[in-house]
Amino acid sequence: MTFDEILNISPYSLDGEEKEKLLIGRLAELTKFHRKNCPEYARILESMDFKSDKVRSCTDIPFLPVRLFKELDLRSVPAEVVVKTMTSSGTTGQKVSKIYLDRATSSNQQKAMVKIVSEFTGSGRMPMILIDCPGVVRNRTMFSARGAGILGFSVFGAKRMYALDDDMRFNVEKVREFLDEHRGQKIFLFGFTFIVWQHFYKELKRLREEGTVFDFSHAVLVHGGGWKKLASQAVGPEAFRREFERVCGLRHIHDYYGMVEQTGCIYMECECGHLHASIFSDVIIRRPVDFSECAVGESGIIQVVSAIPESYPGHSLLTEDEGVILGEDDCPCGRKGKYFKINGRLKNAEIRGCSDTYADNFGS
Amino acid sequence: MPTILDPDALERITYLTGSASIVPGLSSTPARVPFDDGVVDFLNEVSRELMRDRAAKAYPDLITFGFWIRKSSVRKLKERFKVDDGALRLGRGLVFHVAPSNVPVNFAYSLAAGLLSGNANVVRVPSRDFPQVEILADVFRKVLADHEEMKPYVLLLRYGRDKDINDWFSSIADVRIVWGGDRTIAELRKSELPPRSGEITFADRYSLAVIDSDSYLAIGDKAKVAEDFYNDTLSFDQNACTSPRIIVWTGKQIERAKKIFWEKEHELAAKKYAFQAIQSVDKLTKSYLIAAVEPGVKIEARPDNRIVRVTVPKITNYLMDYRGSGGYFYEYNCEDILEIRELCGDKRCQTIAYIGDGKAVLPLIRTGIKGIDRVVPMGKTMDFDLIWDGYNLPALLSRAIVLA
Repeated sequence: MTFDEILNISPYSLDGEEKEKLLIGRLAELTKFHRKNCPEYARILESMDFKSDKVRSCTDIPFLPVRLFKELDLRSVPAEVVVKTMTSSGTTGQKVSKIYLDRATSSNQQKAMVKIVSEFTGSGRMPMILIDCPGVVRNRTMFSARGAGILGFSVFGAKRMYALDDDMRFNVEKVREFLDEHRGQKIFLFGFTFIVWQHFYKELKRLREEGTVFDFSHAVLVHGGGWKKLASQAVGPEAFRREFERVCGLRHIHDYYGMVEQTGCIYMECECGHLHASIFSDVIIRRPVDFSECAVGESGIIQVVSAIPESYPGHSLLTEDEGVILGEDDCPCGRKGKYFKINGRLKNAEIRGCSDTYADNFGS
Repeated sequence: MPTILDPDALERITYLTGSASIVPGLSSTPARVPFDDGVVDFLNEVSRELMRDRAAKAYPDLITFGFWIRKSSVRKLKERFKVDDGALRLGRGLVFHVAPSNVPVNFAYSLAAGLLSGNANVVRVPSRDFPQVEILADVFRKVLADHEEMKPYVLLLRYGRDKDINDWFSSIADVRIVWGGDRTIAELRKSELPPRSGEITFADRYSLAVIDSDSYLAIGDKAKVAEDFYNDTLSFDQNACTSPRIIVWTGKQIERAKKIFWEKEHELAAKKYAFQAIQSVDKLTKSYLIAAVEPGVKIEARPDNRIVRVTVPKITNYLMDYRGSGGYFYEYNCEDILEIRELCGDKRCQTIAYIGDGKAVLPLIRTGIKGIDRVVPMGKTMDFDLIWDGYNLPALLSRAIVLA
């Protein structure tokens, strides 16, 4: 099974059994490919005595913890063919993941994303407002998660503009002009959850209180990046939706779950508020104590498998997020495949010991 | 001249025993002779109070401390640390102790070492509110109420990250004892000590175990061994400086011994250990990391993630850099104890816990290694002693007066 063959199938059309059949072939091939081409990956499989002929289902594919990409440079292609290096967003001093992409993997990421997102926004290109600053994509050789997201989603824009300047200030005039210019058309809004809330929603709210009202009832917003930063402001998905509708009439909102380690096959939130796995990837929930698979409705650690990664061994990853499968093939929105929800990040361990830990170093 | 303490800084101190009024007189508190009768009686009363305390019963670490400071136990210490060189001994004066933030009872041992050596003590206790700290503070307060004369010798206090206060106590200390590892030591080193004052630092250390497979198999009570190993490792999330991270197996029946040993240990861990979800990811990451960089590593099959074992084909000096915690072990099949020389040459290596004959490591020590300060039976790694981390505390906390 090649990736192009998968691309020809509608992303949410296969039921559990059909999808398993499709993915297992591809994942098994990728496992062999990476074992042959990435020495570190080969040694890992060797160390656990992994036998590829014993693989019966997607759940049998070994998974690498995402943190490994912060510690090691993992590549399955020669350095010369790497066209992009993506990095996870990390605060200063933190190690970041480095994901090496060649032309094929990069292009497959893009193709998969277009297929997925079109299922939610319609396939035509739209006037697009990127809720971020232009500076975020300026360095084209090192892609942060934010920059990669912006560039990835940019393909949906017939015409694009950045709603914020490089100081993260909302550009009222330019946005107003853009909306006037595209009156009557559906507008695509994209940004990171926290930025969208902090620099877009809050500005719209303030402007509204001053008597300047923007109307986004004809727009669709796609946002991702997680709720952790908003949790401190006690903003959850419901408040987010409610408030956007209140301040600017925006009702068409899709959150998504994705990570730089598996760019492309994002998990979009449907009209029912569920995150959906497409045929390009899948979600397996595992019990922390023994990594056995959780039942539907049981929370555990999220493993993600993806048919895309060829240039780096990232086709099966254990995240540090906790989630729960809500069901499979039977979401009221009509899309097939698993649907799930994210509970948040796994809690940091509370570890005893003689040496004072970094967080509570001397004096805390 | 001591640094002048800003009165505001004094306000930032919480006194668990005594009060601010004691602080100005600290540096003129008379030193005592080591194992002074008054001190021994005082500690014995603390022990009695502690053993009587209902709340203390729930904490084995408190009970262990209570036993350690009772008169009969202290008498043995007195005998052991008697020096027969003709000189008189007196405490150095004032000892400033900085206890680790995440071990509840350690500060009490440090204090006892200071007291028994004849010193007045200022002890910064852990900031985290461990019930053990509160119980001990209550007991000390109670006993001090009947021993007014001991008050300047036992000053327990708490304060936040505060260089002013560190500066002040350092400026009047005759000895500073710093627990809590490298970062805390670096922090305290910013505060100067007077020229004649000394410092004892307990840096980040790591430990290992040497198990002779034949001796292990000959032991009847395997459950007891499992319990001992648990106490040395998981009871402290395998993250104490004394907790073995690497298990070196010797003898002729290694595979048989391993099978039984780990089965028993797993059984116990499943019953007792409070496993945290993120630990499964931490351990998986550690094991894959070493597997990726080091050829020939074997990650052992396991019933679950409570205990993760990784067999390494050779012991390298950087293996400790890949150490894990919370039930993560490297194992090495060893034919000759000198094979671990490089690892034990690392100054960060502290304790060898052994099953079998402890003397088996003597050839290793005689090669002149820089690490390893303690070789103790399995189950005893956490037992505090006045010789700790290579330091003879009574010797370092007292001075010798020649009377010719």
